Amino acid sequence: MAITEATREQMQQLAARYPQPRSALLPMLHLVQSVEGEVTTDGIEACADVLSITPAEVKAVSTFYTMYKRKPVGKHHIGVCINTLCGLLGGDAVYDALSERLGVGHDQPTADGEFWLERIECQAACTHAPVMTVDWEFMDDVTPTSAVDIVDRLARGEQVASTRGPVIRDFRATEHTLAFPLDGLADEGNPVDAKMLAGLAVAKERGMSAPTSTKEG
Amino acid sequence: MTLTPIITEFWDDPKLYTLDGYRSHGGYRALASALKQDPDAIIGTIKDSGLRGRGGAGFPTGLKWSFVPQNDGKPHYLVVNADESEPGACKDIPIMMANPHALVEGVIISSFAIRANHAFIYIRGEVPEAIRRVANAIEQARAAGLIGKNILGSGFDLEVVAHSGAGAYICGEETALLDSLEGFRGQPRLKPPFPAVAGLYASPTVINNVETIANIPYIVDRGVEWFRQFGTEKSPGFKVFAVSGHVNRPGIYEAPLGITMRELLDYAGGMRDGRPVKFWLPGGSSVPMLTADHLDIPMTYEDMATAGTMLGTGTPMLFDDTVSVVKAVTRWLEFYKHESCGKCTPCREGTYWITGVLEKFEHGHGTEAEVETLVGLCGQIAGRSFCALGDAAATPYPAALKYFREEFLAATTTSADEQFDPVASYVFAGAVAR
Repeated sequence: MAITEATREQMQQLAARYPQPRSALLPMLHLVQSVEGEVTTDGIEACADVLSITPAEVKAVSTFYTMYKRKPVGKHHIGVCINTLCGLLGGDAVYDALSERLGVGHDQPTADGEFWLERIECQAACTHAPVMTVDWEFMDDVTPTSAVDIVDRLARGEQVASTRGPVIRDFRATEHTLAFPLDGLADEGNPVDAKMLAGLAVAKERGMSAPTSTKEG
Repeated sequence: MTLTPIITEFWDDPKLYTLDGYRSHGGYRALASALKQDPDAIIGTIKDSGLRGRGGAGFPTGLKWSFVPQNDGKPHYLVVNADESEPGACKDIPIMMANPHALVEGVIISSFAIRANHAFIYIRGEVPEAIRRVANAIEQARAAGLIGKNILGSGFDLEVVAHSGAGAYICGEETALLDSLEGFRGQPRLKPPFPAVAGLYASPTVINNVETIANIPYIVDRGVEWFRQFGTEKSPGFKVFAVSGHVNRPGIYEAPLGITMRELLDYAGGMRDGRPVKFWLPGGSSVPMLTADHLDIPMTYEDMATAGTMLGTGTPMLFDDTVSVVKAVTRWLEFYKHESCGKCTPCREGTYWITGVLEKFEHGHGTEAEVETLVGLCGQIAGRSFCALGDAAATPYPAALKYFREEFLAATTTSADEQFDPVASYVFAGAVAR
């Protein structure tokens, strides 16, 4: 893969969404990763060129954000939340099991280019701890066994669905979604699960509801 | 106090995320009525409602809007802070996935009120499902003439962009978010000037949290009096609480402000295996922890402040007695160290040193003198850092020491994992308590 004229045109489209083109830099770098599988020097130069800033300015931005990688991520990005709540509720064991299965440590790719493993920070899904992500799609409530099973199924090329999102594609596809979020998948897989409905279920069970008009008197 | 599903009322309708689904439950009715009003009247309504920011700081929303200078000839911007990354906070992402049109309708009404013709929803990059659902809602609203030129014949024009972040907790700080949205490294700006005067592209900008904006359609539709029947004088309204940790039914529970943790915990099925609450945090890792002695305090901005903590994001995390507080605090500090943007010295260096000393305790090598050294280190950061991240990093340890000094003293000889078998804290089957 390489940055082509078509990629540059897509960068221009992104820049046109904003009153000032530079605002598009983060989405543009996601686009670079969708094409190159990492933030490459070619990608940095293309961003700089489109925005009329220097490659050094683009690079300075790319190194600030943890989602941008300077090595090929490979087919699937695997994240395990190891912040306090997920980690202590079992995320640490999930990470250890995946690290052993994949033979790599934090922020490293496997030799076969299939996986990248990362200890990630709070993923805003603490109600679903321990949380794992595949290509940044939620894999909620995992155990060491279920997490390794997910990786095994991905390695065999089997279809794996996110617990709150669509069927897993690959890292590059997600990066493209982050640049152009209208990916046609909003209707796939209902992300509203029992935990998101927990309070509503209790309220219905106990006959509780909020008044929709002002209280009398 | 009873649960009051409002923002979450129709989440069990699998079509709620679509325009038709949202409209079938009264969606966009508020927008139609808002566009017939004077924008200042809407600002007045939100002021009168007493709605306070749901992102953590609790600043009065209407007051924030009123700081935007009008008739100044400059473009105005609305920026929604959807960078939910606070450890423990998990309520904005669910709102965006389940009810994205409530956010979009709120964005349109709020933009109309502050006279912004361009709005941005800055969503952290690590949640593509939230981003695609919000983007989908924006597109549907645009196709229906609710976004774009001359909305519903009102003469009001608005463009809305769903913007992806790229992994940086600091971008939840509003001025860092603005730098990030302008395509720079996400580092906080000096205030003043405040964003209401010089925000995005140095123009007047309002930055509000997702849940705050999702409240707007309901207030506009049902009125100030309706809104104020929930909550207290100083904390009016309701809250999307996200209860997590060692509870039997972790999840989303919407209730009036003023509900107690004990009541919420009851709705969440109590603690697993009937174990006691050891410590809990009302709203994210950046607010001081409390203990089982504090379960009956109303969850309001003012009552939490009186108890020496903050309501924060209103997403309580509860930990049972299998958890090492030393390990919990160390892990949070590792997070703040990782996320410190490096701009100011107290935070950049301080998080590094606190974490280093805490890791000694986690491994059972702390010293009694270092129990106090850490107090000093935290004191050197709190109030001296450029933004609130440093203050947050200086929060967990002193709070933990207040209630669990003996555990830190024990960690001078015994590691956290020897004091508390980590397996006992796991929530999955097969994990057996020691």
